[in-house]
Amino acid sequence: MHNFINKEILNWNAYLQLQGRHCKDKRLAEFYQAGTYNDDTPLKEIEFVALDFETTGLDPKQNSIISIGLVPFNLNRVLCRKAKKWYITPQDKLEEESIIIHGITHSDLKGAPDLLRVLGPFLEQIAGKVVVVHYRNIERAFLDLNLRALIDEGVIFPVIDTMQIEATIQSKQCEGFLNWLKRKKPGSIRLGNSRLRYNLPSYQPHDALTDAIATAELLQAQVRYHYSPETPIKDLWL
Amino acid sequence: MEVELLEIQDFISQYPPFDELPEDALIEVVKSIEISYQRANTNIVEFKDEINELYMLRSGVVELYRRNGNLYNRLDQGGLFGQMGLLTNNKVRFPAKATKDTLLYCIPGHIFYDLCERFEYFADYVESEDSARLKQAVTSKNQGSDLTTSKVTTLLTREPLILASDTTIQRVAQIMAEEGQSAALINDLNNEQEKHFVGLITEHDLCAKVIASGLTVDNPVSSVMSTDLISLDHNAYISEAMLLMLRNNVHHLPILKKDRPIGLIEVSDIVRYESQNSLLFVSSIFQQQSTEDLAQLSNQLKDCFIRMVNEDANSHMVGRAMSEIGRSFKQRLLELAEEKFGPPPIPYCFLALGSMARDEQLLVTDQDNGLILDNNYDPEIHGEYFEKLAHFVCDGLDACGYTYCTGDIMATNPEYRKTQMQWEACFGEWIDDPNPKALLNCNIFFDLNGVYGRTKWAEQLNRFILSRTKNNKRFLACLARNALNRKPPLGFFKDFVMENDGRHNNSINLKRRGTAPLADLIRVHALAIGSQSQNSFQRLDDIIEAGILPKSKGADLHHAMELISIVRLRHQALDVESDIEPDNNIEPENMSDLERRYLKDAFLVLSNAQNFLKYRYTANTF
Repeated sequence: MHNFINKEILNWNAYLQLQGRHCKDKRLAEFYQAGTYNDDTPLKEIEFVALDFETTGLDPKQNSIISIGLVPFNLNRVLCRKAKKWYITPQDKLEEESIIIHGITHSDLKGAPDLLRVLGPFLEQIAGKVVVVHYRNIERAFLDLNLRALIDEGVIFPVIDTMQIEATIQSKQCEGFLNWLKRKKPGSIRLGNSRLRYNLPSYQPHDALTDAIATAELLQAQVRYHYSPETPIKDLWL
Repeated sequence: MEVELLEIQDFISQYPPFDELPEDALIEVVKSIEISYQRANTNIVEFKDEINELYMLRSGVVELYRRNGNLYNRLDQGGLFGQMGLLTNNKVRFPAKATKDTLLYCIPGHIFYDLCERFEYFADYVESEDSARLKQAVTSKNQGSDLTTSKVTTLLTREPLILASDTTIQRVAQIMAEEGQSAALINDLNNEQEKHFVGLITEHDLCAKVIASGLTVDNPVSSVMSTDLISLDHNAYISEAMLLMLRNNVHHLPILKKDRPIGLIEVSDIVRYESQNSLLFVSSIFQQQSTEDLAQLSNQLKDCFIRMVNEDANSHMVGRAMSEIGRSFKQRLLELAEEKFGPPPIPYCFLALGSMARDEQLLVTDQDNGLILDNNYDPEIHGEYFEKLAHFVCDGLDACGYTYCTGDIMATNPEYRKTQMQWEACFGEWIDDPNPKALLNCNIFFDLNGVYGRTKWAEQLNRFILSRTKNNKRFLACLARNALNRKPPLGFFKDFVMENDGRHNNSINLKRRGTAPLADLIRVHALAIGSQSQNSFQRLDDIIEAGILPKSKGADLHHAMELISIVRLRHQALDVESDIEPDNNIEPENMSDLERRYLKDAFLVLSNAQNFLKYRYTANTF
């Protein structure tokens, strides 16, 4: 098990508890104290929460989060009634090119709270659950670095990355001499393309909540195809 | 804050019954949804499982099964299941299995019940798995008439009744009664010549203004007539007349030619109009002097048919009109034959069999007929005459578009020129010693109708048949078994007809797979109860009255028959209009979604009725 900077974490639950004792921010402390599952917990017993951010750019040091979408789910159901979405006033400027991608405009953000105001309710939604994202380098890095910039304290928690799962599977399927002969190339692991392999429908991309739901559905499908409800969480989280 | 789940909302709002929900209700549904991914070949719900949710397919394919394992339905994007279980005892009625990777939207039961409570359309849709939705379809199809192409003058049958304004009310009422008129125009003798009438008096006026208010009937009619007159020029179209009457809420409309009243039309005249169209055609049949003339005239039959269909006549009206026309062709040909070969040496009765006898003829039809001969028939002496007569008529019918019967059930076949006694013996044998094979080809003999000559003999033969078939278990079992030979398809899937074993076909013959098996099934019940009727709808009325069907199943059959017939005749009309030779085949790609859904419901009614038939007549015999 490695965290995003590749530092091995042996026991996520213990790690979070430890963080909880040391951190200064009350909201973060509560989040950490909620802890997480033990390594051996089977997937079928886990409450997940799919998470997606829209950002002003791709660099977590320069750019900031402008929209958060999340939806809690388990292996059987994605719970729309518990879905949440926030717009957030960015710390940096909303650039034209990012507007083209996510379609969030200045008027959408007018009156939107800043990240700190949303932090409490947001952490409450993900506390105790296993966060699922598609491409962890965005969600985890942006949250950590955006927070550091604001309160000089970051946040770290385990995530399941459906893109990593897809990458692993794709490269596995292209292993071997025969596949090398056939010049089989790994398929695209972008969210929409990954979904197609599981016959999941296409959605309009780049809305934080839609992408979160799309990610939740993708994990359900990946588990049905490649894992089992008995698979321990330690095999998947990072 | 309000969470927008637009992707889901956009999706469900495209599909019934959600397509009619107001936005706030839709948002509530969307917020309650739980999404579930099912891999191909997984069972989603099992029979008798507890069910508390409605399922909607976001993508993929789900199959539903009957308890015996037979396929009941196959659903794709937008399809719903679970409503039957939710509406009955919260037990799964049809087990469901994903046959492709499937994404399901699961809607909680409490939301479902709430929607049923609040929105009639929603409730109607989910409750009417089959029969009720069909009924709605049939009633809505019969609404609205296109009367835009005919002039009001076609409705006028006689001069209007015009009475002087000083006539007493009582006298006016007497004259109206004598003349059988429900309204009269009133003329003022003192009025200068410009206007030809000054008022209108109707039955309704007599009732409301005279009787109800206790007015004395000795008063002049001018005291109660309406003087706010609305009239229409004789060049106007029927549709204009209808609009004008509706707009002004009047039931009588004077029609003027150069300001002179030439007639008075009533709302009921417009209603009656549809059937007049075919009466005209019939009367021209009898004016033709040769087979060639008749063949020429028969080219107009298609136009007549299309007009009836476009005017939204119901299938019973169209079937009756087309059969009446077919019978008239036969009658005229027989008259011509008797002119040519001389009067018949012995009395006879020319029979119509099958759809014509049932008053259910449409455009594409072959001829099925036969002859009943007097018992004094001697082939040596009379044989040649009737052979010539039969050939003349059957050839003439063929020339008029009623093609020869492929099964050779025609008067030209000596087998089907029998004396009264021979026919009775023949039917007696079929009925008393039935075997399904022998009965297979003679189903249509049990729909018979005298067309020409001693038509009473046909009625006598019918009574003879019914006296033998009523409650005759062995015979009915054989007939029922034959009636089960042709099964309806299960429904439609994408652009295919879906068969019971899940196979797909490109088209469906609506006669062979729909109306014919329905007519077969209805015939078995009709013979069982001794119904004298020949028409399937009338037989159904008799059957319902006899109380042998489970409650409301008779009405369901009626609606199913009507729906399939309507789709069939509409598609024939479309074929004719686009210059294609009309047939009974329809490709699903040419059907609207609504037609497919309704047809599917109708097939289900037929299928259930066939099961009931099997259970009722064949259970203990085979």
